[in-house]
Amino acid sequence: MTEAILSMRGISKHFGGVQALSNVDLDVYPGEVVALVGDNGAGKSTLVKAICGVNPPDEGEILFQGTPVRIDTPHAAQSLGIATVFQDLALCDNLDVVSNLYLGRERLRLGVLDEVEMERRSGQLLKELSATIPSLRTVVAALSGGQRQTVAISRSLLGEPKVVLLDEPTAALGVSQTEQVLNLISRLRERGLGVMVISHNMVDVRAVADKVVILRLGKVNGRFNMHEVTNEQIIASITGASMNGGVA
Amino acid sequence: MTTISLKNRIPAKISGSLQQLFAFGSLIVILVFFSFASPYFFTTSNLVGILMAATVTGILALGTTFVIIAGGIDLSIGTGMILCGVMTGVFQTYWGWPVWAGVLGAVLFGGLIGFVNGFNISVLGIPPFIATLGMMLVASGLSLVISGTKPIYFKEHPEFQLLMNYSVIPGMRFPLGVLIFLILIVVAAVILAKTILGRYAYSIGSNEAATELSGVNVAKWKIIIYSMAGLFVGIAGVLAASRLSSAQPVGGMGLELEAIAAVVIGGTSLQGGKGSIVGTMIGALIVAVLTNGLRVTAVPQEWQSVVVGCVILVAVYMDILRRKRA
Repeated sequence: MTEAILSMRGISKHFGGVQALSNVDLDVYPGEVVALVGDNGAGKSTLVKAICGVNPPDEGEILFQGTPVRIDTPHAAQSLGIATVFQDLALCDNLDVVSNLYLGRERLRLGVLDEVEMERRSGQLLKELSATIPSLRTVVAALSGGQRQTVAISRSLLGEPKVVLLDEPTAALGVSQTEQVLNLISRLRERGLGVMVISHNMVDVRAVADKVVILRLGKVNGRFNMHEVTNEQIIASITGASMNGGVA
Repeated sequence: MTTISLKNRIPAKISGSLQQLFAFGSLIVILVFFSFASPYFFTTSNLVGILMAATVTGILALGTTFVIIAGGIDLSIGTGMILCGVMTGVFQTYWGWPVWAGVLGAVLFGGLIGFVNGFNISVLGIPPFIATLGMMLVASGLSLVISGTKPIYFKEHPEFQLLMNYSVIPGMRFPLGVLIFLILIVVAAVILAKTILGRYAYSIGSNEAATELSGVNVAKWKIIIYSMAGLFVGIAGVLAASRLSSAQPVGGMGLELEAIAAVVIGGTSLQGGKGSIVGTMIGALIVAVLTNGLRVTAVPQEWQSVVVGCVILVAVYMDILRRKRA
């Protein structure tokens, strides 16, 4: 088996007296989609924020390609090759698609923004991902929810990451938009990226994930290979009806 | 690729510049109105006077455009400008620096005021309104303390007044100060539209958290934006002092509102994330023409500020309407 691209060992995080994560171990391999599921407050978003530098963990170790790393800022995560697509999208409504795609990594030519190059490469990227956006110069506020999510996900790929973390990418999306986003996630896997998806939606998880990891009250309460597990087993693990199930 | 997007770019551009078009139309209407209302209005000397008034407010408004697009506000620019004028007086008259050093020193001093504003806002986390309100009072007081409440005259450097007043076109009155203003407009427009600083001003004003999550050091860029606004304040202060060939330590309060009014009238949203230099310049001209026109048509001073105040209210209300529609 190839080496895990991203590993978490004993990750713990508390906010005041609340233990949000305790002793979480998790591995993500290249070309694999891991679904992270759990009830509200199970610690899914906290875990993502701990890995991507927004809220670094109190204890535990993060290994990137086998090497222990410190990730204290979103910038540090990005330069390592860990891209994150946040739940609240993190797009600038008043800026157009190209500006959003390149936000934080603008291309310059002779000190000024190289709009032509950024636009060319944006078009190329969206084409590779078979993503449909009406115009690269539309302001993001004018796009649909699915298109916005497409921009947010595509954006994470510009830094040529090795791992992409997605926090609830299909929340609040319509049926066809969800389809579009799930297709996009499959394409990330085809590119050989390690992908971790937080989701509430069992149908989506089943459609796209290779493995599923269940968090309950800040602890890992189950790990399964997707083709070996039933929805009932997953739900039992989420609600706590079964403890520490699965192998994967 | 480029041609496709150029075609699609047009609708967004049009909706964005509606306010500018409206502002430009208003400017023409006001110009025509005052031309009929007073025989003195549409004369060369009066128009030059308007341009010179617009120069000082306009330069303040240039820097403020960046600050407001980035979702901030700067109330210290009026009294800050006065303080920079006093400082160039101190440098040139009290300390005997040559003109160029006195001018450069005062401009950099403006940058320092802006830097302190930016630091207070982005590092200490003081809300922009309060931080710059405090600086407004500090600058106002310092001007009086440093100058001993008396105007500073440029006795050693009578040539200093040429900076604003020298006529660049022989035989015509086209002051150097106005030319400097025109150059600064181009510089500001290029920075806003073509550089990373402009891009981050828009993105911070549009969604500060998202900008931070994108790996942009928001605190650093805010400090840069306020510092740059401060440099514009310094330039405006030097030109205002040059125009009067003396540094007046009193006043300046209210100028910040004129500059902010110019920015908002020009279509820059007080919510941040939207705006343009062209709009701000139209706004600055409207404010200058209105103030001047009311004066030459002998409207009492008290009523002048009533009118300008109402114009500001209308402009802000239009900003709200535009946002509702969007």
